[in-house]
Amino acid sequence: MPKCIPKDSVGIVAPQLLRFEEPLPLACGRVLPGFELMVETYGRLNEDASNAVLICHALSGNHHAAGYHSEEDRKPGWWDHFIGPGKPIDTERFFVVCPNNLGGCHGSTGPRSINPETGQPWGPDFPPLRVRDWVHSQARLADRLGIRRWAAVIGGSLGGMNAMRWALEYPERVAHCVVIASAMKLSAQNIAFNELARTAIRMDPDFRDGHYLKYGVTPRRGLGLARMIGHVTYLSDRLMGEKFGRELRSGTFARGTDEPVEFQVESYLRYQGNAFAESFDANTYLLITKMLDYFDLAREYDHDPVAAFRHARCRFLVISFSSDWRFSPQRSEEIVDALVAANRDVTYACIESDLGHDAFLLPNARYERVLRTYLADAARRLAEGGP
Amino acid sequence: MKLRIDLEILKQWIRPESRVLDLGCGDGALLASLTASHRIEGYGIEIDPAQIQRCLERGVNVIEADIDKGLGRFATDSFDTVVMTYSLQTLKRPDRTIAEMLRIGKECIVTFPNFGNLRARAYLLFRGRMPVTRQLAYQWYETPNIHFCTIADFEDLCRRLRVRVLDRVVVAERPPERYLKNLWPNLFAETAIYHLSK
Repeated sequence: MPKCIPKDSVGIVAPQLLRFEEPLPLACGRVLPGFELMVETYGRLNEDASNAVLICHALSGNHHAAGYHSEEDRKPGWWDHFIGPGKPIDTERFFVVCPNNLGGCHGSTGPRSINPETGQPWGPDFPPLRVRDWVHSQARLADRLGIRRWAAVIGGSLGGMNAMRWALEYPERVAHCVVIASAMKLSAQNIAFNELARTAIRMDPDFRDGHYLKYGVTPRRGLGLARMIGHVTYLSDRLMGEKFGRELRSGTFARGTDEPVEFQVESYLRYQGNAFAESFDANTYLLITKMLDYFDLAREYDHDPVAAFRHARCRFLVISFSSDWRFSPQRSEEIVDALVAANRDVTYACIESDLGHDAFLLPNARYERVLRTYLADAARRLAEGGP
Repeated sequence: MKLRIDLEILKQWIRPESRVLDLGCGDGALLASLTASHRIEGYGIEIDPAQIQRCLERGVNVIEADIDKGLGRFATDSFDTVVMTYSLQTLKRPDRTIAEMLRIGKECIVTFPNFGNLRARAYLLFRGRMPVTRQLAYQWYETPNIHFCTIADFEDLCRRLRVRVLDRVVVAERPPERYLKNLWPNLFAETAIYHLSK
C-alpha cells in the first residue's frame, strides 16, 4: 500500500455505475435493452465542458486508470503514471473520463451481467459487439456528463482503434485523437495469436461452452493460458532476455540430480496467467478478442483508409514503439500515411523502447514528453476556440 | 521570431493554402511561419527526436521518419510543394531524394550550403583541412553532412535528372561576398536556393 498517497496522484477515487435506460442498437442487428457503464473520472469539467478527455482502455484494461481505491490499495490504476496533476494527461487542466467498456467484466454490462429476458447471466449469449458499439455507448456517456465534444479521445492498442472509430463516427464531437501502439486492422499473425488464446479457453473442461457461471466453475486454466500467450506477444525478445534470461527459479542442472528445473520466465508467465484468471471473465475475453479481429477501420469506406479519414475533423497524434511487434511501428505509419493523404493534421513519433507492445503502459521520458506537449498544445488551441 | 535567410527567401514561391511537405523540417520554424502567413496545410519529416519535440511545442505537424529509407509512402503529385532546406548534404543518396521530391510534389524547393564558396576553398587550400565554417561547425569525422556539393555540381545533377530550374537565389550575408555573389555565385555564394519542377 502507498504509505501516503503521492502528491502527483489523483488520490483516492471511487468508480460510479451509470445506468442508461434507452435501448442501444448494436452493429450485429440486435438491441441491448439498456446498459450500465462503470466509470471513473478525474479532475473537474470546466464551465463550457471543453476540457473533457476520454480514455479508451485496451483488451485487459478497465475503468480504474488512475489513483487508489483506498489507503490500503497496493497498486494505483493501470495508467496512473500518465494521468494526474502535472502528469502528461494533466488533471489540473483536463477532466478525464475512463469507462469500463461495454462487454467488459469490471462492472459495465457484459457477459457476467443478468440478461433481463431470462433472469440468468448472459454468458456466451451476450451479443457480439463491434468497436463502434463502444463508441455509441460512450457517446451516451458523454451526453450524460454534458460533454458535447471531447478535447481528446486517447487510446492505446485496442483503445486506439476505439479512438479512431470515435473520430469517424462522431467527427464533430472529437477535437484531438491520440492513437498509441495501434493499427487500422489486425494482421493474420495477430488474429492467429488471438485464436490460440481463444482455443485455450474453449478447451478448458470448465468452460462448458461458455455456461461456466451456471455450473459455478471458472475456466481458470484456459484463461490463464490465454493470458500467457498474450503476454509473450506484448514483450520483446530483448526485454525477456534482460528481465529473465535463463535464470532458474528452482532446481539445478548439476550432474547427479534429477530435480526438476523451473526457469524464471516460466514462473513469471504462470503467475501472470493465474492472476488474470482470477480477475477476468472468459466470455469477455472471447468477445473482445473477436472485436479486435473484426475491426477494420476502412471496411465500410470501400477499404480505402484515406476515404475513411476524410470524415474525421480532429487533429491526430500517432505514437508507436520501436520494439513493438504485436502492433509494429509500420501499422502506425499506415495510419499516418492515410491521414496525410486525407489532408488531416497529424503528428507521429516512434518511441525508442525495448519494452515491446507493453511500452504504451509504462514510463518512458520521451513518450511522456510527446504526450504532454501535444496535449498542452491541444489545450491552448481549445482555449483559443480551435482547433 | 526571425527566420533563417534561405527560409525567408523561399517563402515567395509557396502559394497560399497549398499543401507543403518539408523534408528535414528541423524545429518546424518554416512550417509554423507558412501556416501563419500562407495558411498552408503542412507536414514536416524529421528524424531527430529533439527537433520533433520543438515541432510539437510549435504545434506543427511532424512525422518521424528517415528520408534515406525512401519516400515511397507518399503518393505521386500529392503535394503542391516539397521543400528541403539544408538537408541535401546529410543524405546518403541526394540524387534519389531529389527525384522522389519531384515525383511527390508539383514543385520543389531545395536549399544547401555552397561548398564552392571562396571561404571553403581557401580553408582547404591554405589550411589543407576540411572546412569548418560558421554554418557547418563540425569536424569531418562527426559531421552529419556527408555529401557536400557546389552550385556547379548541383546544376550538373539537375541537368542529369532533367529537372527544370524555375528560379534560383544565392545568398551571402557578409561583405564582400554580399556584393559579389551574383557575379560569380559558385565562388561567392554561401547558400543556394533553388525552385525546381519536372
